[in-house]
Amino acid sequence: MGQFSYLGVLLFIFLATFLLEVVLKARVWQKFRRLFLTIVPVVLAMTLWDWYAIINDHWYFNDVLTSGLIIFNFLPIEELLFFIFVPIASLLTFEAVRSIKKESVPGEKL
Amino acid sequence: MTYLQIALIYIAIALLLDFVILKTYVLKLKLFWLSYSIVLFFQFLTNGVLTGFLIVTYNPEILIGSGEYLTNRPPLIGDGRLFFAPMEDVLFGFSMIVFTISLWVYFGRRGIQKEPVSGPPPKWWPKGGWYGTK
Repeated sequence: MGQFSYLGVLLFIFLATFLLEVVLKARVWQKFRRLFLTIVPVVLAMTLWDWYAIINDHWYFNDVLTSGLIIFNFLPIEELLFFIFVPIASLLTFEAVRSIKKESVPGEKL
Repeated sequence: MTYLQIALIYIAIALLLDFVILKTYVLKLKLFWLSYSIVLFFQFLTNGVLTGFLIVTYNPEILIGSGEYLTNRPPLIGDGRLFFAPMEDVLFGFSMIVFTISLWVYFGRRGIQKEPVSGPPPKWWPKGGWYGTK
């Protein structure tokens, strides 16, 4: 079970924020094309940092507490998922707060 | 480069993106800072699990903190740590969130899936929020 520890944290982040999509009508997942365009550059930028940090021994991932699935020879699958789901969680928070406060962003009608 | 140095470069890029390149000015929005404070709380919580249980460990040479916590739990607060995680993680998360919100607002402004906007909240949600109106 230990190898699912990091994945478990990610699952918590996904489930807790998906509630905002449903309950507070954040409508982030619903706008999938806009979400995709937003997330791709973020994933690339953060993976670049992670790549530099991993090859230069800045940080390490626990062999026992991660799945051990590595992509492109350096990136644990959990890190890639982190760079996808944490930005989405922050967008859901942003849009949920916007829904409650009924505030608009300049240039965007609410 | 140290963790702090890279983090400062990323913060600079995030500011450049928001204020110069995309001109989204999300950092001037109260809405952004309110959302960010919620995100930061959950960052401390989830990142505390990742670092407190040593799922992710750090080379002390690149950190502000000096201690080596590769096999033992780092302090909750102290020695460059904030809720077990390196203080620099706050900058890491902040730059990632500014990138994200800025790009999201930018694409919305360009007319990409601008509608339907979020909300309104469900009927049972109190009208003045949970803390009443001002």
